[in-house]
Amino acid sequence: MSTLVLAIFIPFLAAAIIPFLYKYLKNIHVGWFAILVPTGLFIYLASLIPAISNGEVIVQTINWIPSYGINITAYLDGLSLTLALLISGVGALVILYSIYYLSSKEPIGTFYTYLMLFMGAMLGVVMSDNMLVLYVFWELTSISSFLLIAFWYQRKRSREGAKKSLIITVSGGISMLVGFIMVGSMSSTWSIREVIANVGSISDHSLFIPAMLLVLLGAFTKSAQFPFHIWLPDAMEAPTPVSAYLHSATMVKAGIYLVARFTPVFGGEAVWFWAVTGVGIFTLFWGSFNAVRQTDLKALLAYSTISQLGMIMSMFGMGSAALYLGYSTESVVYTGATFAALFHLVNHSTFKGALFMVVGVVDHSVGTRDIRRLGGLITLMPVTFTIATVGSMSMAGLPPFNGFLSKEMFFVSTLEITEAGFFGLGTWGIAIPIIAWVASIFTFVYSTVFVVKTFLGPYKEEKLEHPAHEPNPGMLISPIILGMLVITFFFMPNVVGENLIAPAMNGIFPTFASEGAELGTHIHAWHGFKPELFMTIGVILFGVFLYLTRKYWSGIYNLFPEKWSINTFYGFVLDQIEDKSTVITNKYMTRYLRDYMVYIFAFFILAIGGIFIFTEAYYFTLPENAPISNFEGLVILAMMVAGITILFAKSRLTAIVLNSILGFGISILFVLFRAPDLALTQTIIEAVTTVLFLVAYYFLPELDREDTTKKTKSVNLFISIGVGVVFTTVALGVQGNKAFDTISTFFENSYELAGGKNMVNAILGDFRAFDTMLEVVVLLIAGIGVYTIIRVRAKKESDQIEDK
Amino acid sequence: MKINNVILRTVAKLVFFIILTLAVYLFFAGHNSPGGGFSGGLVLASALVLLFIVFDIETIQKGLPIDFKLVAALGAFLSVGTGFGALVFGENFLTQAFDYFNVPFFGEIELTTVTIFEGGVALVVVGVVVTILLSISEDE
Repeated sequence: MSTLVLAIFIPFLAAAIIPFLYKYLKNIHVGWFAILVPTGLFIYLASLIPAISNGEVIVQTINWIPSYGINITAYLDGLSLTLALLISGVGALVILYSIYYLSSKEPIGTFYTYLMLFMGAMLGVVMSDNMLVLYVFWELTSISSFLLIAFWYQRKRSREGAKKSLIITVSGGISMLVGFIMVGSMSSTWSIREVIANVGSISDHSLFIPAMLLVLLGAFTKSAQFPFHIWLPDAMEAPTPVSAYLHSATMVKAGIYLVARFTPVFGGEAVWFWAVTGVGIFTLFWGSFNAVRQTDLKALLAYSTISQLGMIMSMFGMGSAALYLGYSTESVVYTGATFAALFHLVNHSTFKGALFMVVGVVDHSVGTRDIRRLGGLITLMPVTFTIATVGSMSMAGLPPFNGFLSKEMFFVSTLEITEAGFFGLGTWGIAIPIIAWVASIFTFVYSTVFVVKTFLGPYKEEKLEHPAHEPNPGMLISPIILGMLVITFFFMPNVVGENLIAPAMNGIFPTFASEGAELGTHIHAWHGFKPELFMTIGVILFGVFLYLTRKYWSGIYNLFPEKWSINTFYGFVLDQIEDKSTVITNKYMTRYLRDYMVYIFAFFILAIGGIFIFTEAYYFTLPENAPISNFEGLVILAMMVAGITILFAKSRLTAIVLNSILGFGISILFVLFRAPDLALTQTIIEAVTTVLFLVAYYFLPELDREDTTKKTKSVNLFISIGVGVVFTTVALGVQGNKAFDTISTFFENSYELAGGKNMVNAILGDFRAFDTMLEVVVLLIAGIGVYTIIRVRAKKESDQIEDK
Repeated sequence: MKINNVILRTVAKLVFFIILTLAVYLFFAGHNSPGGGFSGGLVLASALVLLFIVFDIETIQKGLPIDFKLVAALGAFLSVGTGFGALVFGENFLTQAFDYFNVPFFGEIELTTVTIFEGGVALVVVGVVVTILLSISEDE
């Protein structure tokens, strides 16, 4: 049994079970069941660490659509394992936290269902080797994120935040799909491993750069890189556990994962280097610059997340320079950036997860997250304060916390990249460490704001909803664990470095690994008096200075007025799209059924008739057809009379009856032409349809004379005659076309192949069961559609929760 | 106006079971002769429709307290489920299995997973047809 594939699907299974547990086990918080899934997965994945750190990779395949090369291949290497451990580990902590955060009065059944859905999708993203399967899981993370952001759907802002994140990430996802298809068609495989193995054969292809840019677009939208970052602050309307889990620790890392995964494919190109590094470094700056001005703690953390994601992104960009040079002792230096990126990826999840949980604790305790109303909580919430300090100092890059290590490694990488003489780095390279350093100063400032404004200064109880108090201890367990990890990783960074990150490096630089390069870096806290140390000291000095003087320089934020922001632009574009498409739609959606019929029939005439004219494929000879017997002629005559009489029917009932004559006539013809299956089905359909007509008949207005103009009438006449002519020609020509060999001989063996003598049903149920299955699902959707349109509409008027 | 339709009601009660038998027959006959899940389901649905027409909706719903939306959903679940069932046995999605068994009294019979699949189809057809008819006719 493929345990790894099973691991991806266990959360989905749990998502299916949780609603029932929620419904029938009222006394136990359903979160206690949900927590078992990530905990179990974490233990299972952790048991694979020794194998992975020895350089093994685990590959397991379940065939899905083998004829198109689409298979569910679970692929676990260092990179996947690192992320999978984060997903399950942080997932378990977040669920533990949420048990105390969400009261049982909320619809927590749906909450945990969505969360499990997300967890499975996210595991699927990081463990899929097949690009198309990866894409499916990728979009599923967007959808589950949408559902979770809109968890409090009564709030208008939640709904808008959810919509915004969905629109931006899904558009990115679709462009990524196009990129994947390009990569797939260039290398004629969907497997990422095979693409990487044969990368040399595709790098000169004309689609190579477009594919790269499209894939990057997907990564940038998902990881909230500038200018697509605008969805992340709005996504903070989600419950805090969701923000901690999806929007800081895991989902936003999917884009970074994608960049890391595709580095061996696209890395080494100047475009890739500058796109990833440039966008990353600017996002780093822009996020930290904007975080300082936020007054909502969650918004501050959102911008901080954007900034940190930009930092990780830029490091992956810088690391890709090594692939340009190919393997040599000098080029290995640049892989240090990638190592630092992976290390910071882990570190960021620990400290940012803790910080988000702290914000949730504060919010839960005093009922506000606004730093203008907060202050002085240190004495009342000492534990929370300690965790917040640990997290913030790690975020600011101070010792003795893990953020310090990765920040120093980041500085080292930015300095090293300036010395590279390619990609135009000689002239522009110097900008990278400068921007990085300035951004780090702002990072220091907002980290200080976070702690000082919340916990120090005067305590203003009159501005709070509730007096401050430490929350239920259960709510503190998860942030304490994460805070401990922040410190543990500082003192024992190489446990992570050697066991997880080093094998991940081998996956990102396979050409280096095959040359036997030692890609793991030994992490030191103390480097000696090197430039990076002076940069950190500079960050602290300038950071303290800027923090103290911030009311003098905060005027620069007014240089970017609201109406020039990307948010306004996004809103403008969305409004325009809606307005214009409404205008266009209203032009052809006339609310008259006959107009829609005209479109359908006109298209039919043009498409089908056009094919015959342009391809000259039409072939028809009278002598090859069987003669028409008297009885057949009689039936057809009756149908013709009925058909023409419908036009002159004065009442609807007459028309319905005449219409049934047409239907039953056809079933008689089916009998005559020895198609009992069709005849049977047609007869019953006719019976049921007639009943349906009669039921609907009650609601229809009186049939009155049409007051259409002569012109419309003649157009309609032309169209109906056209349809008749085209259809008759098709029917006559159907026998004559021998462009393809017949495939019916295959189905004649239905008894041997499918065990059934009825060929029609063997086709429906076995040979082409996929069609039947989807038709059944479509039928179900149509039924539900009719039901909701008619029955649910009435309830809506009493629904007042819409625009709170 | 209340029409006295005793004859119609009496006949309908009888005919209902005849149609029902026909539906079951068609469903199983479909493997080797005309019939199958779709037409079997349709016949079953038309039997129910007959009841709804002859008696009123409330009476029938009291006697047959079935939510037909659930019937349709169950059917779709069965049909899609057999597809995934094949995956469990390491076969491709929607691969159908069949074999012949010797059963006392009946002799050799064929058992196949298509029956479950077709059963799903039949349930969806019944569920959807009845749901649509009831929705439209109950609309005020």
